[in-house]
Amino acid sequence: MTDVLDAVTFEGSADTGSEGPPGLPPPSAPHGPLQLPRRYRPHDFSRGDAVLLVSALASSLAVVWLLFDQLTLLSGPFGFVVLWAVVFLALYWVVNVQAHDRQMATDRVTSAVMVLGALVMLTPLALITVYMFAKGWHYLSWHALTHDDAGVEETCVKGFKCIQPGVAHAIVGTVEQSGLAALIGVPAGILTAVFITEVGGRFTRAVRVVVTSMSGVPAIVCGIFVYAVWVSAQHGLGLGFSGFAGSLALAIMLLPMVTRGTEEVLKVVHQDLREASAALGAHEWRTVWSVVMPTARSGVISASLLGIARVVGEAAPLIVTIFGSNYLNANPFTKQSALPLVVYDQIKLPLKSAVALGFTAALVLYILVFILFILARVLGSVRFKGSIRHLRSIVADRRGTGRSGQLTEGEIA
Amino acid sequence: VSLATTSGAPVGRDGPLPAPLVLRTERSTSDRIFRLAASSAGIGTLAVLFLIGLFLLIYSIPALHSQGLGFFTHQQWVTSGAHPTFGVADALYGTVVIAVVALVLALPVSFASAIFISQYAPTRVLRFIPLRRLLITLVDLMAAVPSVIFGLWGFFVLQPRESNLAQWMAAHLSFIPIFKVQSSVFTSSYLIVGTVVGIMIVPTITSLSREVFSLTPPGEMEGAFALGASRASVVRRVVVPFGKGGLIGATMLAFGRALGETVAVAIILSLTFSISPHILQSGGSSIAALIVSTFGSGGAKLGTSALLAAGLVLFVFTLLVNMAASWIVTRFNQRRAS
Repeated sequence: MTDVLDAVTFEGSADTGSEGPPGLPPPSAPHGPLQLPRRYRPHDFSRGDAVLLVSALASSLAVVWLLFDQLTLLSGPFGFVVLWAVVFLALYWVVNVQAHDRQMATDRVTSAVMVLGALVMLTPLALITVYMFAKGWHYLSWHALTHDDAGVEETCVKGFKCIQPGVAHAIVGTVEQSGLAALIGVPAGILTAVFITEVGGRFTRAVRVVVTSMSGVPAIVCGIFVYAVWVSAQHGLGLGFSGFAGSLALAIMLLPMVTRGTEEVLKVVHQDLREASAALGAHEWRTVWSVVMPTARSGVISASLLGIARVVGEAAPLIVTIFGSNYLNANPFTKQSALPLVVYDQIKLPLKSAVALGFTAALVLYILVFILFILARVLGSVRFKGSIRHLRSIVADRRGTGRSGQLTEGEIA
Repeated sequence: VSLATTSGAPVGRDGPLPAPLVLRTERSTSDRIFRLAASSAGIGTLAVLFLIGLFLLIYSIPALHSQGLGFFTHQQWVTSGAHPTFGVADALYGTVVIAVVALVLALPVSFASAIFISQYAPTRVLRFIPLRRLLITLVDLMAAVPSVIFGLWGFFVLQPRESNLAQWMAAHLSFIPIFKVQSSVFTSSYLIVGTVVGIMIVPTITSLSREVFSLTPPGEMEGAFALGASRASVVRRVVVPFGKGGLIGATMLAFGRALGETVAVAIILSLTFSISPHILQSGGSSIAALIVSTFGSGGAKLGTSALLAAGLVLFVFTLLVNMAASWIVTRFNQRRAS
């Protein structure tokens, strides 16, 4: 243990005030050398500390294995991991008290707790991803992607050629519904953000509050609202269940997401650019269209795609608006199916083929969300011509090459 | 404001002078159209929220009329027959229980992750892994995972394992009243649903509070370090007090989201219409799950009306929670500014 100690401690020179050069013997006070607490810098983590950490991890694992699996009759990975974490933290604290002091030990244990928190947070994501691919991968086939769920027998007699169900109808439904939702929701959301930041007026505050509140409205409420207005004939329009009703509900959910994301990036656009544009005699819409929006383009695209990625997987509003259909149906003004709806409908049925269909749809949906998410990230970091990032990079390049940081007209336009 | 030239240029010594500029302050037609479009989008958004409330109210009148105040006290859901009796007492209770269980589980994890990402995570690990950005991206990805997939995973993977845990808890921790059980079925319980919903709201709390924590003024943190504080005490004394408002706001927003969570709840929970404090045992209710599970089976006019009335209750409830959340955040911000 002593070499560990030597490796990690910074012996502060036992001086009352000024710091002596290293190597000098500590000046002694009248009553012997003055004891000052050891000094650490917050980010110090030496090799000895790493040894300490690894040994604490290993010994707590051994202790828990002995206690949990061998001596008592407890079992299960969950209890094991929880107990391991608890024993590790306790052990780590004790060891650090021995090696350093209490404050240091508390600091180290706090860091360990934070790391554990982040690990716990990421565990479900990893588990879900692995599970979805492990479970859905072998159902995924060209056949499943190109056939619908029509004409599938409830029971399949062995030896006969049975029709295997596919999710093509759900893919078509989801793509059309979220596409329509994007066509409605994204422009409306961007315009609302433009209203808040660029136009303004008496309602600006109210609209901002409403957008914030709307982003908290549960998906199912958006769904039953569209049901009440569009589908039901009781007090609404009575147009019946359709894919389009579903996209209306999704658009209502999409709008606040797009608006908030767009508002964030529009706020960052420099006021100077707007004023410069106005001074050149541009119309207001011209300023927004040619100066403000290009600067914020990647942010707007990223916010929209992220919003679409979130609404694509919503099943709740679709349950009450699109009704579902087993047939491949490309007309969004009639009853349609959708991937999340298929998952919700099928996985709890007591049929093996239905569950398989549910898992196929879930995996396709997961991959779709993943692609949209990656797209949002990639397009969000692209330097579009005229965007803030683009302008910044030009300025940075100029600074690097010693030219002036000012931009020429051609580079802005 | 637009600039325009006028005709009839005066002639100077060196030929015709450039035409004088005339400033016009009235808006051009194109700008009026632009302003109209933007304003109508803004007002349209206002109108949508108003219409949601209005339509739900109109539809729920028959249900509220038939049950009166009983709509808030009845613990059953019979919308057809000679004597329809239904109410949201149990569903409202269940909604809150699920959200509370979710929060209790999610808050410590999200708090620790938010602190880790904003204060501890190095920007780069091994020179080429941008750990902090990677973690932020993963949190965002987790927020985008469809709730139906969370529900699916919760149903097939989490439930069999967690029901064993629930059984163990019922056997050893039953001196705590909420862990008592009256039946021996431990699946489809509030605990399992709450866990799944908790996992779903973790990214919400994490990303919102992470943003606030990373806004901590560096001067104050460096001052604390200069006084000899360890990282733990800087987090406790500087970062957390600074971000407390944001953390509370994020928690409330996540609470609102947990209240409205539908599909994951509907997949796992088995609907029972009673108020039960036993969160480990099977059965429970939630407004959103009630709506999707009984949708279409009511058939009659009253059934639809009852469902939309339940939706109205959920709508108003989540709206109140969200408004309280933003009120708290602004209040904390003001206090910080002053």
